[in-house]
Amino acid sequence: MNAIEFRDVTLNLGGRDVLAGVNLDIAAGEFVGVLGPNGSGKTTLMRAVLGLVTPRLGAVRVLGLPATSGNPSIGYMPQARGAVAATRLSGRDFVSSVVDGHRLGLPISGRKGRAEVDRVLGLVGARDLARRPIAELSGGERQRLLLAQALIGRPLLLLLDEPLISLDPRHEGEAVALVRSLQQELGITVLFSAHELNPLLGAIDRVLYLGQGQAALGTVDAVITGPVLSRLYGAEIEVVRLGDRIFVMAGGYPVERDAHRHEPVLEDWRDRGRSRHA
Amino acid sequence: MLDYEFMRNAFAAAAIVAVVAGTVGFFLVLRGQTFAGHALAHVGFTGATGAVLVGIAPLWGLVAMTVAAGIGMGAIGERLAQRDVAIGLVLASSLGLGLLFLHFYTAYASQATTLLFGNVLAVDRATVWTLAALAAVSLAALGIISRPLLFASLQPELAEAKGVSLRLYSMLFLAIVALTTAECAQIVGVLLVFALMVGPAAAAQRLTGTVLAGVLLSALLALGESWLGITLAYYTDWPTSFWITTLSAAVYLLAGVPRLASRGRMPMPG
Repeated sequence: MNAIEFRDVTLNLGGRDVLAGVNLDIAAGEFVGVLGPNGSGKTTLMRAVLGLVTPRLGAVRVLGLPATSGNPSIGYMPQARGAVAATRLSGRDFVSSVVDGHRLGLPISGRKGRAEVDRVLGLVGARDLARRPIAELSGGERQRLLLAQALIGRPLLLLLDEPLISLDPRHEGEAVALVRSLQQELGITVLFSAHELNPLLGAIDRVLYLGQGQAALGTVDAVITGPVLSRLYGAEIEVVRLGDRIFVMAGGYPVERDAHRHEPVLEDWRDRGRSRHA
Repeated sequence: MLDYEFMRNAFAAAAIVAVVAGTVGFFLVLRGQTFAGHALAHVGFTGATGAVLVGIAPLWGLVAMTVAAGIGMGAIGERLAQRDVAIGLVLASSLGLGLLFLHFYTAYASQATTLLFGNVLAVDRATVWTLAALAAVSLAALGIISRPLLFASLQPELAEAKGVSLRLYSMLFLAIVALTTAECAQIVGVLLVFALMVGPAAAAQRLTGTVLAGVLLSALLALGESWLGITLAYYTDWPTSFWITTLSAAVYLLAGVPRLASRGRMPMPG
């Protein structure tokens, strides 16, 4: 059974088709890195899997069933917005709020709930730091609590939206390694979106690259090539390998690094690519 | 001081309202919706003066108007309800409308002051029972929705993915806030609702690390501040609302001292 199936799916966001006629088959137990420029639909794709965005056309199936919201088999780590970063609440209370969070009643967890929180905190190695207020944690520590939250209820599919944002390179590596080991240990499917491919290399089974409304799914060697990426970026792309690192270049600039730091650059090289074609 | 019926009523009314305000206020501060609570109180002023104009008790005008506004704000959506300009305009126009109602109803000159700044010493026995009933409704409703509300407040996107309707809980919660606001207005008036709803809750969140401890401390602080405020008012003959607001602000400031002190000891971790 496939964990995720997209059949001719068109996803519309604010009047614009972010993805058009996309077909995907992601097998159970795969670790898939989701990449693509800003606005290419990484978050929208995850929201469609969660059943929060209804496809304009086509069908999305998750673990053999049509996508619906409130699916308990999916764990989700939304892109960190920093809203919780200021709270003095302990990490443990923050994680506990997810346990049965959709049920009415008082937010007091019973023995089963506490055991579940202990389990997920243990999985991500956050039992000690969960005692501290969230406001005092570093970005990397906060990400581990968010990952713990996503693991509550033993999901079979984990959707992680930009977990590496605001982490330094050392913590990036640690976060990817942690997710990879959890994915193997629990035998679950993981979708992990990122702005950069390199931190994910060696950990992911396949890569899903989005761009220009299209999607390419395959091994790194099959997808991260000049022709495939040129199609997804709508511009001439060069793939440069340096040791065990891969750089996606447009007009002599690496595009991924710049994608989330200086958005104008993205537009800039895109124009440059077009003019060269002309 | 407890020999007087009006003092016993004042302490009872303050206790009831403080516990509700402290509890509901904790979630209000956690959700970052304190300004929305303030706006609801002002809308309540229109309701109260309108009720006086047509000959109903101001409390019921207050309740009807704030609850309707609370549900409306929740339905419009959180993002709009938190917009400063929209709320600011609602504040100003509802106070203005309330003023117009008072202008038509000129018999009570002191009515405006009581509504705006509260007069807990004027609360009678019947009002105490009404407040107790309203408080029971607020607390029961909050108790029923508190778990999904906490989830939706701390992790809205994840809660949505798990099937929690953000809009529904926003509406229900603002309705509870509105009811609480109407109760608070009996003690400190519509302008000073912040003192009971936000001050104790914000201080409690500075001092505690868990939801349960935070809610309990918030309710206790609100209770202590309002009782001490009434006592001080009794002995000084200064307005009760002055004392309650002053205590509320002082406690909030004091709650920040421990962290300032620890920050002074060790440099910011770099």
